[in-house]
Amino acid sequence: MRIRTAGVVALFALALAASGCGGDSDEPAAKESPKAAGGKLVIWADDKRTAALKPFAEKFGQENGVTVEVQAVSKDLQTNFVTASQQGSGPDVVVGAHDWIGNLVQNGAIDPVQLSAEQKSGFNETAIKAVTFNGQLYGVPYAQENLALIRNTELAPEAPKTIEDLVATGKQLKASKKATETLCLQVGQNGDAYHIYPLYTSAGGYLFGTGANGDYDPKDLGVGKPASVEAFKKIGALGEKGAGVLKRSISDTNSIATFTGKKCAYLISGPWAVADVKKASIRYDISAIPGFAGGKEAQPFVGVQAFYVAAKGKNKALAQEFVANYTTTPELAVALYNAEPRPPALTAALDQVKGSDPDLAKFQEAGRNGQVLPAIPAMAAIWDPFGKAEAAVIGGADPTSTITAAGKTISGQIK
Amino acid sequence: MSTPLSGPGSATQAPGRGPVGSRAARDHAPITLTGLAGKVLLLGLTAGVAVWAAFPLIDGRKWAGLALLAATTAALFYLYLTRRHIPAKYLVPGTLFLIAFQVFPVLYTASTAFTNFGDGHRGSKDEAIVAIQSSSVTQVPGSAEYALSIATKGDPSTGPLVFLVTDPATGTVSAGDTDGLRRLDAADVTVAPGGKVTAADGYTVLNFGQASARSKEITDLVVPTAGGALRSSGLSRAYEGKAVRAYEVGCDCVRDTGTGQTWTANDEVGAFVAADGERLTQGWKVNVGLSNFTRVLTDETISGPFLGTLIWNFAFAIGSTGGTFLLGMLIALVLHSPRMRGTNLYRLLLVLPYAMPSFAMLLAWRDMFNADFGLINNLFGLDVDWFGQPWTARFAVILVQLWLGYPYMFLVATGALQAIPRELTEATSVDGASPWQSFRAVTLPLLLVALSPLLISSFAYNFNNFNAIYLTTEGAPFPADNPTNGATDLLITYTYRLAFGGQGAEFGFAAAISLFIFAIVAVVSTVSFRRTRKQEEVYS
Repeated sequence: MRIRTAGVVALFALALAASGCGGDSDEPAAKESPKAAGGKLVIWADDKRTAALKPFAEKFGQENGVTVEVQAVSKDLQTNFVTASQQGSGPDVVVGAHDWIGNLVQNGAIDPVQLSAEQKSGFNETAIKAVTFNGQLYGVPYAQENLALIRNTELAPEAPKTIEDLVATGKQLKASKKATETLCLQVGQNGDAYHIYPLYTSAGGYLFGTGANGDYDPKDLGVGKPASVEAFKKIGALGEKGAGVLKRSISDTNSIATFTGKKCAYLISGPWAVADVKKASIRYDISAIPGFAGGKEAQPFVGVQAFYVAAKGKNKALAQEFVANYTTTPELAVALYNAEPRPPALTAALDQVKGSDPDLAKFQEAGRNGQVLPAIPAMAAIWDPFGKAEAAVIGGADPTSTITAAGKTISGQIK
Repeated sequence: MSTPLSGPGSATQAPGRGPVGSRAARDHAPITLTGLAGKVLLLGLTAGVAVWAAFPLIDGRKWAGLALLAATTAALFYLYLTRRHIPAKYLVPGTLFLIAFQVFPVLYTASTAFTNFGDGHRGSKDEAIVAIQSSSVTQVPGSAEYALSIATKGDPSTGPLVFLVTDPATGTVSAGDTDGLRRLDAADVTVAPGGKVTAADGYTVLNFGQASARSKEITDLVVPTAGGALRSSGLSRAYEGKAVRAYEVGCDCVRDTGTGQTWTANDEVGAFVAADGERLTQGWKVNVGLSNFTRVLTDETISGPFLGTLIWNFAFAIGSTGGTFLLGMLIALVLHSPRMRGTNLYRLLLVLPYAMPSFAMLLAWRDMFNADFGLINNLFGLDVDWFGQPWTARFAVILVQLWLGYPYMFLVATGALQAIPRELTEATSVDGASPWQSFRAVTLPLLLVALSPLLISSFAYNFNNFNAIYLTTEGAPFPADNPTNGATDLLITYTYRLAFGGQGAEFGFAAAISLFIFAIVAVVSTVSFRRTRKQEEVYS
């Protein structure tokens, strides 16, 4: 018995030692294989999109006599993709958000996509702008999304024109015990830069200035500048020590649930919230997020989901064919919309689904004046400090010192 | 310790002590059929694994690795085929595990700490140059887009490739290879409605399957033209493109052919840097010496809050370990009492928190501490902003740890208690000791002898308990003027934020910090293991 146990352990140890020795040399072996097999396209996407992509990928494969594999990467797709492509074991095509582009490009993980002027003109202009980085088009967009104001029309029949209108109506509802909260805007213990951004812009703040070519300029940081301090004074006035409209206790886990529980009349969220709202059979309407009275327009971030060609993929020509010439067709965009209702970036596809889903047009209208979510790598340095500063100000901290400190932290992290 | 039943001390010593007396018999143990078959099978598998691992090594021309593999395999065969070296047969598997799981990761982390490995600095300089050049390819302004077919004059899988391109404006078809474009006679070609050439005299047009098998050759094929070069965009379109940025060996720099700007390679930072300090985004991995370590020590934002975080980190680890131990032991003692009834039911209920995934439980607790909607405030009618104030947040995370961790301590304490002979406590009561005295003088010391190693490992685990903080408070509350260091931050969550929260992941820096943490935990563990050994000597 003892010999056998020792043997089993030895085997495991051996297998381990073998894989340990061979670990970093897997890559040349993997590179050799496609020559023999030939004509295989590997696509990485998250769970939901994998399901929607599969039939189309198979169709593409059958039409062209190639094998297409769609693999679901449910967690940390971006990091996994970067690591895998560095090791040479990555896919040929990856599907993801446009704000990954900066990081993917600095790691040499994706290649530009060449679309003809005609192909480009089929897309929403903002979507094309979002996937353009350093003057190059790096992905083919298929859906875009932005925040909007979703309101319970039974509680609040009229769309508010300003934040002040919204607060006044919310207060009335609270006073008459019809609601317990004024606005469901997720803040959380450590803030949420994405969701507060429309109010921040309306109050006059900005994140990055734009350079001569229209790209965001990481050297022109708006956080910490006087305008941002003024903006946070207005946000702070809505906070826990002020009007009590913005609260840290409303977070990503409970904001939608609080709205569907009819505890608040207004929810600031994106297309992903609509399914829950419908399920709770709430009568709702969608409008643009209102700005402060006398302030600027409230500009939500516009995010885009796109297809990318991996720079170190084994079958780049086929990947380019798929991304540039196949994902630009409306059929695929509609199928992806059916898998998850985010407005298609392809105008023709949007027109096709608009009729059956009035919310789409409303979301798009709400994002009309939106700003493309910066894809520059410096944006990664914004999220955390900006969110925490937001949470602190909403909790009652002094806006001037808080935002100045946040600005310092962010600029210290930008290389 | 000389006889097996010398007391509870042997409980921790049991495995491996059995066969001491049977060594002589073992050398002459008969060869059983199962034993032999098992040996043949396992050694066969070993050989199989070795051969499987050898191919990529040969492929990658990693001769040192191959020699190591061969030597290891040969040594293993020798070891398990000979009848000698019995102790080594037991030690080698464990040693291999130790090397693979402990020594190798530590060495790898240590070597990473001296580099700038991270986002933007992952690959080699050559890879960065390729990435810079290929990402600068742009379509020549005003140039035409061509419909493309891939063809060859030879065998579809090996013959030299030719691009058959159709100009959309004129409808003329040309054949292109590295020598340039040649016009083909319209009579010799068949063109489909979209403009794609489907057949041409003297050429074999490749279908997608055939073409995609030669993907790399297609992407590498550049047909020179007057304005730039024809490149493929997929398998059905070609465009006239030009790499705007090119690497020049002479100046070791990247030059932009459009603007004339240059970026010179800087091997200290691993990036191409322009005269005005602007860097190209694609960099490479370089050795940075001790700079990651000095950054930890000299950067004010890192070293400033370090001491405070370290103290709280100790308090958290001691509080979590001590609290769970006290509660777990208390319950174990209560259930150990012979007068208790229904102990199995209680045990089952008490172990429940241990059976639930801690991941989900941490998130559930986080929501329970929510100031406005949380269960705790609503249930007790409180109005405490739990995660909003330093001390309530600290109390809350330790409370969560207590709930998550006591079942483990309860289980091990129950086991250890059962190993303490009842005669000992009975003897103390005969001598007239109160239950408390008997617990203090007999039960607790014996328990600690058995549980000290577990307490130390629990301490080391909690010292780096990333999830406990990251899934509950995420380090909150943060002082308004410093968003990088919160009141409940442990060193590990704090450094995670520093290394991964900024502009992309910095693995080199993270490795340097984890070496610091490794040193702290190693010192604490060594000191406490020494003390435990002394204690064992006293009580066994």
